[in-house]
Amino acid sequence: MARRRKPKLAVWKFASCDGCQLTLLDCEEELLTLAGEVEIAYFLEASRAVVRGPYDLSLVEGSISTPEQVDQIREIRRQSRFLVAIGACATAGGIQALRNFADVRGFLELVYARPEYIKTLEKSLPASAYVPVDFELRGCPIGKGPLLELISAFLNGRRPNIPNHSVCIECKRRGTVCVMVAQGIPCLGPVTQAGCGALCPAYRRGCYGCFGPMETPNPASLGDWLLARGMSSPDLVRLFRTFNAYAPAFREAGERYAEAANPDRSS
Amino acid sequence: MPKPRTLTVRVEALARVEGEGALHVRVRNGQVHELRLEIYEPPRFFEAFLRGRRFEEAPDITARICGICPVAYQMSACNAIESLFGLSVKGPLRDLRLLLYYGEWIESHALHVFLLHLPDFLGYESALYMARDHPEWVQKGLQIKKAGNDLMARIGGREIHPINVRVGGFYAVPSRRVLLEHREGLARARDFMIEALRWMAGLEFPDFEEDYEFVALYHPEEYAILEGWIRSSKGIFIPVSSFEEAFEELQVPYSNALHSIVRGRGSYMVGPLARFNLNFHQLSPLAREVAASIGLVPPVRNPFRSLLVRGVEVIHACEEALHLIDRYEPPDHPVEPFEVRAGVGFGASEAPRGILYHRYRINAEGRIEEAKIVPPTAQNQRRIEDDLRKLVPRLLSLPKEQLTWRCEQAVRNYDPCISCATHFLRLEIEKE
Repeated sequence: MARRRKPKLAVWKFASCDGCQLTLLDCEEELLTLAGEVEIAYFLEASRAVVRGPYDLSLVEGSISTPEQVDQIREIRRQSRFLVAIGACATAGGIQALRNFADVRGFLELVYARPEYIKTLEKSLPASAYVPVDFELRGCPIGKGPLLELISAFLNGRRPNIPNHSVCIECKRRGTVCVMVAQGIPCLGPVTQAGCGALCPAYRRGCYGCFGPMETPNPASLGDWLLARGMSSPDLVRLFRTFNAYAPAFREAGERYAEAANPDRSS
Repeated sequence: MPKPRTLTVRVEALARVEGEGALHVRVRNGQVHELRLEIYEPPRFFEAFLRGRRFEEAPDITARICGICPVAYQMSACNAIESLFGLSVKGPLRDLRLLLYYGEWIESHALHVFLLHLPDFLGYESALYMARDHPEWVQKGLQIKKAGNDLMARIGGREIHPINVRVGGFYAVPSRRVLLEHREGLARARDFMIEALRWMAGLEFPDFEEDYEFVALYHPEEYAILEGWIRSSKGIFIPVSSFEEAFEELQVPYSNALHSIVRGRGSYMVGPLARFNLNFHQLSPLAREVAASIGLVPPVRNPFRSLLVRGVEVIHACEEALHLIDRYEPPDHPVEPFEVRAGVGFGASEAPRGILYHRYRINAEGRIEEAKIVPPTAQNQRRIEDDLRKLVPRLLSLPKEQLTWRCEQAVRNYDPCISCATHFLRLEIEKE
């Protein structure tokens, strides 16, 4: 019987730290098995061999932050049957999206020693700002388990089983005592998507939201609660503006407390 | 008169490196006319948006510069801030930091040795192709890598962007029992690495040596990793706070990363070869013994042999980690107390790829007013170009495809982390 053609997997990089694609190479136990199931057709971090498109599954790491990258992500979309954004950069613009909150008028002339050498867009945005995305895998970084689940689901023609409830549920499952209730440590767990296994509370620190907002979160409720317990508006702005600062729910929360911190600047 | 022979080697996207770079070499009549390591990875402006953040955030934010060496960023950031606050982390807390950092060295070196660099020596496009003919070495390499990753995940919470590091120590510390679970994996990783080194020593290494200026941290009591003074093979011996007086950074038009040079002298090399040559006597006895048995004694001036030096450092890291685990008793508190002080703090540590320098100016409220970060790959960038300038004329008899591949291999000698290198464009924000 003729063997079915192996699906072609491609891994692409935009503005990022390489950590999410490294997650694939961190699957030490599964990597060689995976390489037997799919043809790793484009993965520059791991191989100089390049197989031409089209690709069955493209994993996209990094945010879109230069004019060339806009063209490139569109071309990748054209070449890919499924396009999955992996990590906070590709799904929300990443930490580098902090620049999106800066005043950009005349910014370029002020910023560089030799600005003429550099090409960059005003905003660092997720892949979905430019092309349709079939699935978004969250995290800064993504987890090995969810990545393998995603690839496995794709290979078997089903939808990946990735939770979209909050980190709080993971703490309850793990039996971790709530750090906010018991110790008064500010925690984004109630508004952050699960996926990390509630890592930070298990190490007695508050969640800092690296998996981004959960489905239908209520960050204003959490923020106001923290405000009432003595957290300042600028600290709340910082809390929401880290690795998923430009994800809509966190962006709105950041703006809400930025206005509270600087009432005369809001317009 | 013979017609000038022009040859252009162009690698549009370098593979098996972390991040995005290209290589451009133009040769005319056997002379290199143009040579550029072009780093087109877009800048991410870390130094700009660190301004106004609180000092407590620096370890978590700067970790995101690099997914391959996040612990290096966390350690250099903590060093810089703690030195400003007059805080010295000692005893079991320091041991835990060392353990976490050794985990990263083991993981990062195994990744580079087995998955990124070794395929060049055997003529494979990737470790996945190599695994078809040499499955045992790829498997063993992955096992070594896993031992490092497991240790990082245990102490740091996860391998990539650990969540447990903070200024003054940690959020939570492990019990002795859970650390002991890592003994077996680390001992096996050490043994696999010894076995692999004996085999790799028999590979063919291109005949290439240069008179490098090696630069590494020096610590009187250990093979420096966490902290130390900056020392070079040509006479520099300075505290970290004098780094910017001895080295300067230049912006070049074709690269998004700055080039570092020794002021008034030129390019220099940081990383495994520099550490090995300057601090060989401080390696663990077994690491030294294995190195000597494969003919690896300082000074090693052939950058292709960095493959072996990384292996020796893996043995050292495994041995030191085992030693630290054996003596570990959990500290009473996970974090040392400290008070915020305004001023400028300097810090450096030895990332797997070499010295990683941080400087922060912090105000009395604990906000960062200015940050500067110099990663190892930016420091090596000029040196990589110098290597290629010397190497290319000797390789002109090779077919172009082989010449190109050999140039790529020479770049990979430095395990360049381009993601790191690009995020450091100097940012001058004028304040009114």
